[in-house]
Amino acid sequence: MLSRTADNLYWVARYVERAEYLARILEVTMRLTSLPIGYVGATNEWESAIATAGCSKAFYARHSEANEANVMEFLTFAPQNPSSISNCIELARTNARAVRTAITGEMWDVINGAWLDLERFGNALGSREEFMRFLRWVQETSLRFDGSAFRTMLRNDMYWFSRLGLNIERADNTARILDKKYHLLLPADARIGGPLDYYQWAAILRSVSALTSYHWVYREGLKPWLIADLLILNPQMPRSLASCYDNLVRHCDSIATAYGRQGPAQRKARAIRTKLQNARMEEIFQRGLHEFIEEFIADNNQLGSAITRQYLM
Amino acid sequence: MAFAFDEMLGHDEQVRGTYAALNTWLRDQSPDLLEQRCQEAELLFRRIGITFAVYGETDSTERLIPFDVIPRILSSAEWDILHRGLEQRVRAINLYLNDIYGRRDILRAGVLPEEMVFQNPLFRPEMNGQRVPHDVYVHIAGIDIVRVDENTFYVLEDNARTPSGVSYMLENREIMLRLFPDLFSRYRVAPVEIYPDELLATLRSVAPAAASAEPTVVLLTPGIYNSAYFEHSFLADKLGIELVEGRDLLVKNGVVHMRTTEGLKRVDVIYRRVDDEFLDPLAFRPDTELGVPGLMAAYLAGQVTLANAVGTGVADDKAIYSYMPEIVQFYLSEEPILNNVPTWRCREPAHLSHVLDRLPELVVKVVNGSGGYGMLVGPAASKAEIAEFRARIKTNPKSYIAQPTLSLSTCPTFVDRGVAPRHIDLRPFVLTGRDRIRIVPGGLTRVALQSGSLVVNSSQGGGTKDTWVLDR
Repeated sequence: MLSRTADNLYWVARYVERAEYLARILEVTMRLTSLPIGYVGATNEWESAIATAGCSKAFYARHSEANEANVMEFLTFAPQNPSSISNCIELARTNARAVRTAITGEMWDVINGAWLDLERFGNALGSREEFMRFLRWVQETSLRFDGSAFRTMLRNDMYWFSRLGLNIERADNTARILDKKYHLLLPADARIGGPLDYYQWAAILRSVSALTSYHWVYREGLKPWLIADLLILNPQMPRSLASCYDNLVRHCDSIATAYGRQGPAQRKARAIRTKLQNARMEEIFQRGLHEFIEEFIADNNQLGSAITRQYLM
Repeated sequence: MAFAFDEMLGHDEQVRGTYAALNTWLRDQSPDLLEQRCQEAELLFRRIGITFAVYGETDSTERLIPFDVIPRILSSAEWDILHRGLEQRVRAINLYLNDIYGRRDILRAGVLPEEMVFQNPLFRPEMNGQRVPHDVYVHIAGIDIVRVDENTFYVLEDNARTPSGVSYMLENREIMLRLFPDLFSRYRVAPVEIYPDELLATLRSVAPAAASAEPTVVLLTPGIYNSAYFEHSFLADKLGIELVEGRDLLVKNGVVHMRTTEGLKRVDVIYRRVDDEFLDPLAFRPDTELGVPGLMAAYLAGQVTLANAVGTGVADDKAIYSYMPEIVQFYLSEEPILNNVPTWRCREPAHLSHVLDRLPELVVKVVNGSGGYGMLVGPAASKAEIAEFRARIKTNPKSYIAQPTLSLSTCPTFVDRGVAPRHIDLRPFVLTGRDRIRIVPGGLTRVALQSGSLVVNSSQGGGTKDTWVLDR
């Protein structure tokens, strides 16, 4: 297939996943800030949200401090923020339109429909209720897009490039959440902060849609080291780093088989997955969770570059 | 304006045979239901993304070309004549192009003045003496036809470069089938869905000799900002071929390749929807970002086929149009089956004075214009506009041709206050391959949505209709 087509498919998937991620972050932040101060501590959650979204530089170029109104606006509709939700949807739709022949009719219908519906929301939302409804809509759009891709695409290189984009973005997103909140995720033998942290941990799990799943996997109350385990190493959890890398290795290999050649992308994916497979939470905590995550984010980016160089240029 | 021939009611308000069932059906529908269907159609068009960017817009909103749900119906007998006339005309056009870029018999015979060809800005000297694969220049032609009476069809214009509109022909039919299945039980309408297959067969048949048994065909688009982009992606999708932009192609060792995820892949046939000028910065406009450096060299070396060929513009300008009857005669020794609109060439003194004497009655067109711009419609123009145009013609008579105002046929169309007649034309698409000419029945009917307007172009607010050719 055309390199540019593969590149577009890869990025459509990334933008849609990114839009969903931002919506979840905002939803969780809104929920946290609805709690009385005593329950969450003194941190500025809106500041956290901006950092988790990776937009600090752009945001603080325009605003001196983070609050509900300006963060909501910046992450949802701000045209100056290339990663605002509305820009992600717009970019996804533009990319999709450029490769109409590579996506199915159903997928086009979802993304073009979403772009058309975006106009309905205007470019500013009034009440919190309107915001919540908008955020729900964004997540549903992503689900429908992902679902239609999964259900209707032929299993060939087009599908695999699309899945590569999705998984790289997802891994990056999960890593960012961990990166921002690592100071809350302490090892088993550390002194845990008081009940304050419970709501923060719950928020972390909500942001990856794993609050209920946690209980099915670990069958006990929230413990920070188990949360870290769930999000990093546990292959059952679809948004964990391990899970993303199982998928990435599988799809890279499918492409390699189809094309009859292995390359740097396949090797890099496998190397990162091996690191995850061989890791143990105790060792990660010993080395430092923050360092581990930072290294992972860099590795993940390198895989993205390797894929781009090998196939998309 | 004389009373136009109405496709449904003729001249005498009697429902014509082909429209009887439609007429009954329209009468039986509630206006609300029809209104609802019209809105459904619009919604479907938007969701499918069949939109169009109009030149001159400052922002990037996408517009719909309005679709009217009342079909235009032709009997099989009416279509027969059109079919034969179209085949004849396109055959002549291809022979003409071969000749113009080759032996130039027609110029030696004095049938056309030489400067019509050599001073034509669309004449490409690069194509001199150059053979094209299987001698086909115009693989895809859009021949615009108007009807002025029950039995009188004229060719209004030939489009031999990058004619567009076939995606509307196909999608209009899909929408009609979805919204009005009942109507299709009352009429046996010849299907059009085979067009993509016919087009692919045509394109594959003209692969260069150097190509493999399974030639690779691609569609070259200027990109998403082009007003016809929807059609490019639609056709590539239906044909099952790659939709490429200039930057996806690369000429290496004299052969055209496309950049794929598995490396470079050879390209044999390019259905190009990019104008000549923008095809190759090394051969034509150096500032183009839409083209492929070295494409012309590969083309002239016979390593790739371009559909349509470079330089076909010398067959479809409005001045050459006026010579088409002579061209058909010259190459085929046959009377044209489809006639031209009577045309006066202002470059000829006798014609010029005739035209200047009658400007308020005539339609005057610029020879190298397109899209309906730069035109004078005498009966609709003010005295000042006519005077201004008169001055323009006198300054540069060679640039103008004139035709009588035609009363194009009308067809019932949905307008604000119900159903009313609106002027229409027809653009059938004629495919010429190595082996044969293929024409899908019907084509795109364009309708001028303003009452009394004769301008059907989508870029100036025209709409489209589904065209039905009835099976025997």
